Amino acid sequence: MDAFTTHTGTAAPLRRTNVDTDQIIPAEYLKRITRTGFEDGLFVAWRTNEPDFVLNRPEYANASILVAGPDFGTGSSREHANWALLDGGFRVVISPRFADIFRNNSTKAGLLTVVLPEADVEALWAAIEADPALPVTVDLQAEQVTYGDVTVPFQIDPYTRWRLLEGLDDVGLTERHLDDIQAFENARPAWKPKALPAV
Amino acid sequence: MPKTLAEKVYDAHVVRSADGEPDLLYIDLHLVHEVTSPQAFDGLRAAGRTVRRPDLTMATEDHNVPTLDILSPIADPISRAQVDALRRNTAEFGIRLAPMGDRDQGIVHVIGPQLGLTQPGMTIVCGDSHTSTHGAFGALAFGIGTSEVEHVLATQTLPQYKPKQMAVTVDGELPPGVSAKDVILAVIAQIGTGGGQGYVIEYRGSAIEKLSMEARMTICNMSIEAGAKAGLIAPDQTTFDFLQGRPHAPQGADWDAAVAEWSTLRTDADAVFDAEVHIDATSLTPFVTWGTNPGQGLPIDASVPDPADFADEGDRRAAEQALEYMGLTPGTRLRDIEVDTVFLGSCTNGRIEDLRVAAELLRGKRIDADTRMLVVPGSVAVKAQAETEGLDRVFLDAGAEWRGAGCSMCLGMNPDQLKPGERSASTSNRNFQGRQGKGGRTHLVSPAVAAATALTGRLTAPADLIGA
Ligand code: SF4
Repeated sequence: MDAFTTHTGTAAPLRRTNVDTDQIIPAEYLKRITRTGFEDGLFVAWRTNEPDFVLNRPEYANASILVAGPDFGTGSSREHANWALLDGGFRVVISPRFADIFRNNSTKAGLLTVVLPEADVEALWAAIEADPALPVTVDLQAEQVTYGDVTVPFQIDPYTRWRLLEGLDDVGLTERHLDDIQAFENARPAWKPKALPAV
Repeated sequence: MPKTLAEKVYDAHVVRSADGEPDLLYIDLHLVHEVTSPQAFDGLRAAGRTVRRPDLTMATEDHNVPTLDILSPIADPISRAQVDALRRNTAEFGIRLAPMGDRDQGIVHVIGPQLGLTQPGMTIVCGDSHTSTHGAFGALAFGIGTSEVEHVLATQTLPQYKPKQMAVTVDGELPPGVSAKDVILAVIAQIGTGGGQGYVIEYRGSAIEKLSMEARMTICNMSIEAGAKAGLIAPDQTTFDFLQGRPHAPQGADWDAAVAEWSTLRTDADAVFDAEVHIDATSLTPFVTWGTNPGQGLPIDASVPDPADFADEGDRRAAEQALEYMGLTPGTRLRDIEVDTVFLGSCTNGRIEDLRVAAELLRGKRIDADTRMLVVPGSVAVKAQAETEGLDRVFLDAGAEWRGAGCSMCLGMNPDQLKPGERSASTSNRNFQGRQGKGGRTHLVSPAVAAATALTGRLTAPADLIGA
């Protein structure tokens, strides 16, 4: 995973609530067995059917920060949604509320999710609608979002922040505790079910 | 300290905890399917890792599989490649797979309980959000992403933070024709699609205790539609009776030891929940959704709402967008909405009891001439059981299609899809835009409402059929 420290780019206003992962990438685009190349499915229904959909507008075509309404990433656990956003050029999603699995997947994939109160999201929407070229900086080190002369702090749990800043792989971290895992396994009751052999 | 059921299960699986770090949680069972696993196996290979516990891992083919002509190779080359990848990966890493045509094949959340692999007090994960289904047995079961699938494959553990605790108490007797599906749709309409976020929901109360295991699975299944991490129900005699004698259930002295342990899995009397919701079962009616998220649902007696009536600006905009997509006008009675397709199946309502309820309503009748009905059993075993009971004949005689097992039109990764603009009444769990096929419009319903709707071609409650 790539480390995330700070990112500056332009931001696209996605004025929708409950953006589920089926909208971020529909099921028919999940058949690929690689980890990249999902940009063709990103918001494909809205991009195809709605000519004035925000990401169809040239002024937002190169945005790398997505600013969405509450309950972003609900629904299916598909990490393809996070990959599609990354493949589509996004490094950060800002929303007042994220679905848990989406948020968790983001921390593994290197996509930063930033929770801001609805009023701050409204203000940011207004600013980037007034000036689509406005640079927005998301600083994970300082835990703040900055644009124009506005600075908004955000919170993230310290452990996740550390992992993102360092770009650390969870499996590697867990492997430091194999002895604990072994000890736990040794104490498990023998009657706990096993899938093998097939009965 | 008094604990909730979910806390007991969680605490019993903590391998390691340290200040300022997530807990390391042991995983008792890891279920795998073809869509969310290929990149995880690639990750293992790239890092030179192996699967730590193939014996605690079980794979099935479900999302892509055709429901017709299942013994021929899959026609869609990309679907076939994904299924082939699962076959190669499970063979290479020594994982048991239930492939198409196997007696154990089916939707991942149907086969776990059916095989007796899902048991009380376990931690269960799968790269699939509806893993919450398994909570019906008093297990802590939740969906994970592909990176986490890789993590579990490699270490049989997951870094986790203890979730918050919510109690949803449903008391009283459910009126006739009202089912578990209506209960959970009503819960989601009440707390919203984000209402359960960060929580594990324990469903309790006299109405829940009376439910069968199938019905409990329907409720826990849709916890994720309320935004919850998991949903669970305390195990009781109904749970034990369901499990006893299943292929992977403990036997003999092991069974007694297991039941003794399972019997301790209840929330302590003085345990505290972070949030509580109460539902009066006697007040419930069949529920249907009108919009494009599962929280946009109403009793079938209602009419399509007017977005102008929503106080919250975001809700109003969401309702406008939903009605436009759904092609609905405010004020239309829900009962007047005509559907093209009825889908009976999925991990929410593709179990034997669901098929029985629907078949009972269809027996000796013909479905509406302009409506097609697809019946897709949740697993090969459900299909076989239904055929033993003659339910396949009931569906076929009524004019419905009887298909092979899989996810099918729940998400339309196989050829079973709605066409643009087509409208369905579906017993699945998601009415998202395009979920059942590009441009398709979905109304979520119970199996009983699905069958009644198939008979009339309009959204219909089973009670409407009496004297009709
Ligand atoms: S039936 Fe539907 S919700 Fe259930 S696992 Fe399959 S695709 Fe997912």
